Amino acid sequence: MSQIVLPQSQISYLSDGVSLRSWLLTTDHKRIAILYMISITFFFFLGGSAAALIRYNLLVPQGMIQSAETYNRLFTMHGIIMVWFFLVPAVPVTIGNFMLPLMLGARDLAFPKLNLISWYLFMAGGACALYALFSGGIDTGWTFYTPLSSNYAQGHVAAVVIGIFISGFSSIATGLNFIVTIHRLRAPGLTWYRLPVFVWSLYSTSVIFVLATPVLAITLILLLFETLFHVGVFDPRLGGDPLLFQHLFWFYSHPAVYIMILPGLGVVSEIIPVFARKELFGYKFVVWASVSIAVIAFFVWGHHMFVSGQSLFASVTFSLLSYFVAVPSAIKVFNWLGTLHKGHIRFDAPMIYAFGFIGLFTMGGLTGLFLAALAADVELHDTYFVVAHFHYIMVGGMVSAYFAALHYWWPKMTGKMYPEMLARAAALLMFLGFNVTFFPQFILGYLGMPRRYHAYPPEFQVLNVLSSAGATILAAAYLMPLVYLTFSLFRGDRAPANPWGGLGLEWQTPSPPFTINFVVTPVVTKGPYEFPKPGIEPSDV
Amino acid sequence: MRLTLPLAASTGAQTDLLLLGLLAVSLAVLGLVFWLMLVYAIRYRHNSPVDRGALAEKSFRFEISWTVATLVIFFGLFIWGSTIYVRLYQPPANALKVYVVAKQWMWKIEHAGGQREINALHIPVDTPIELIMTSEDVIHDFFVPAFRVKRDVLPGQYETMWFRPDRIGTYHLFCSQFCGTAHSNMIGDVVVMSAQDYAGWLTTSGGGKTLAAQGKGLFIRYGCAGCHLGGGTVRAPSLVGLYGSPVPLSDGSTAIADDRYIRDSIMQPKSQVVASYEPIMPSFANVIGEDDLVRLVAYIHSLAAEKHG
Ligand code: HEC
Ligand SMILES: [Cu+2]
Ligand SMILES: [Cu+2]
Repeated sequence: MSQIVLPQSQISYLSDGVSLRSWLLTTDHKRIAILYMISITFFFFLGGSAAALIRYNLLVPQGMIQSAETYNRLFTMHGIIMVWFFLVPAVPVTIGNFMLPLMLGARDLAFPKLNLISWYLFMAGGACALYALFSGGIDTGWTFYTPLSSNYAQGHVAAVVIGIFISGFSSIATGLNFIVTIHRLRAPGLTWYRLPVFVWSLYSTSVIFVLATPVLAITLILLLFETLFHVGVFDPRLGGDPLLFQHLFWFYSHPAVYIMILPGLGVVSEIIPVFARKELFGYKFVVWASVSIAVIAFFVWGHHMFVSGQSLFASVTFSLLSYFVAVPSAIKVFNWLGTLHKGHIRFDAPMIYAFGFIGLFTMGGLTGLFLAALAADVELHDTYFVVAHFHYIMVGGMVSAYFAALHYWWPKMTGKMYPEMLARAAALLMFLGFNVTFFPQFILGYLGMPRRYHAYPPEFQVLNVLSSAGATILAAAYLMPLVYLTFSLFRGDRAPANPWGGLGLEWQTPSPPFTINFVVTPVVTKGPYEFPKPGIEPSDV
Repeated sequence: MRLTLPLAASTGAQTDLLLLGLLAVSLAVLGLVFWLMLVYAIRYRHNSPVDRGALAEKSFRFEISWTVATLVIFFGLFIWGSTIYVRLYQPPANALKVYVVAKQWMWKIEHAGGQREINALHIPVDTPIELIMTSEDVIHDFFVPAFRVKRDVLPGQYETMWFRPDRIGTYHLFCSQFCGTAHSNMIGDVVVMSAQDYAGWLTTSGGGKTLAAQGKGLFIRYGCAGCHLGGGTVRAPSLVGLYGSPVPLSDGSTAIADDRYIRDSIMQPKSQVVASYEPIMPSFANVIGEDDLVRLVAYIHSLAAEKHG
């Protein structure tokens, strides 16, 4: 056998240099995506360990962990890591980074070097936050409410805040990069309405990145000024206003909720048509639902403050707007169902994750209706009901979507197939473990158990033990993909270029793709989901 | 194990009804979504021979109808939730006022009669209760699940909240805004008593001087009397009959002299200057503590009764 020498253009991105240097100084969006993926996997399991300790503590009413101080630092660490170093970046910078140029038929993002800088900023911010969290931690909660965080909390609040501040620039740069890429680098024939919904959702997410993150940065700067120099901004003793912080913080953090979920909605809109082998129902509605979510998301922040002392008028207005923002999400669910109708549905692992997503996201969304209703929120606010609600959206929704995306594009990214049966089992186990963990928390919240409690009255114990039991199932389910996906890297079957029969441009490259993505720039002539109409048997792929 | 939360305030009945309504809507939608997912998953699995027939082409009509349906339902829920909230926003005039001062990590309760308690609140049944709450340090939150009420307690301002307990018993009081190390220890009991027991409790819990009487002493000690009781060289408004009445301000607007207004007048006098007076009143921020402030406010409150009756 003679060694075939491939032309330079046809080298897979994975074999294009193997030194550490070739990875750390790469400007290839695919390699940067892998760097991000390794980083956020690390953060996910770190934040997950904190969650495990939280659930362990809550096994008994007086708390398994001796000191409330430690417990408070644990849930703060869990929140900060999971929000800023896992959920916010999760899909956009890993899957998005990898797939966006491929889906557009482009060679790379518009600014490849900026992309690498973004990763370094993310890591610098992460290192800063980690340093603070491990050298004692902080006990402010991830929300940093003032004046607790500015003048009463202990630990390295400043270092954590600086870490989040730095990683914010990574978000802004990524958002900018994506927006420019989507505007400028679409392949010939790839009109806006031929873009995959995932691209649209990345676009909407990027807009929020660019518009909302600076507000967070400003808020954190003000917080630092008060913490370090005692400039009165938020603490009334210094002449500040404690509610101002909440307004600023939620002005970022509510849109950030949509940073965390929009890409997930995009992923599911990609997967459902492929595995139902049917055109996405109501493409334009789904697209504009994403865009309108990104817009309305900026006007609902006050629904975190219904009992905070904001004015009656503000509360009523924010309640109404919160119901508006729920409409586009509902529309998406109905469109997915419309897509399934009369399809040819296959249940490969990505589809099982996507189904899990729809179920859990719907439950998270419906319980959001409780919290948007003013009088109901007065009862449920700051209880475990809220904890359960946002975990249904963030973990049940977004983490499921992340795993769906990971399984869907894994063959493309690595060139390897994972063990299908194990993947399906993990998806089912995740769904089960998730519900056992978080469903009891809805009841706990309704019964009045406040969140962030190190110890609780004994009547809440049974449900807490149930929740902790569910968490062990969930933990096992999360470890499974770590094991079998890693295994597949070394022992997995070779992946074909298009294992699922997708119609997007990313499937027209080999698995794994060449460094240059496309040898010849593709020309697009039709939409991303134009599967043969039913009645005609789809050719088995 | 209980799965329902006992209700002990007549003001919470509507909230419970709302929760039930929300639950019904959610279950209906969830049932529909899960049912369709299940049916489609079985009926349209890829190797099922079922006839798929022609596709529904008029997706536009479906989109419009489910968008409108969702909007209508959501709007109804919004109206429902808001009406109750607005109705429960304004305390009735005859409510029994109790002052709450929160600090890391305890609840200090001050009754008008001068009785003080910590991490406990004794109140009579079937009487509207209004809490006037503030914090000495960070934000806390006064949460009584059995009454379906909660409200953040902020430093530097008064927040009020009211309810009408209608069942005798002892109920949880939780702090539900994270406030530092011993947040989960910032709990207590709300004890609802019959009118008789309550009267008995008031007499046995000491108190001695009423809050207003103590306030009167402070009014002199802090030098308020020098300006406000007239006779001196400076011109300051009389505080008799002030509480609850409208006050014309120098910027042309009018304010109602409630607890919050009186508090602000003392702590930040420059922020609302009474019309036709000079802004010469000094600020007492960082001079008067929350406990004394409560007494001064109660005293000024009592001056209103003096005028009326
Ligand atoms: C130097 C004189 C002076 C002193 C001392 C003073 N005040 Fe005043 N106060 C005024 C003047 C003048 C006004 C009206 C102008 C304004 O609103 O600032 C006023 C306004 C008020 C008002 C609002 C009255 C209204 O009609 O709306 C309240 C309440 C009040 N003072 C309470 C107090 C209390 C309690 C103290 C003691 C802790 C105090 N004042 C000490 C001069 C004084
Ligand atoms: Cu508290
Ligand atoms: Cu607290």
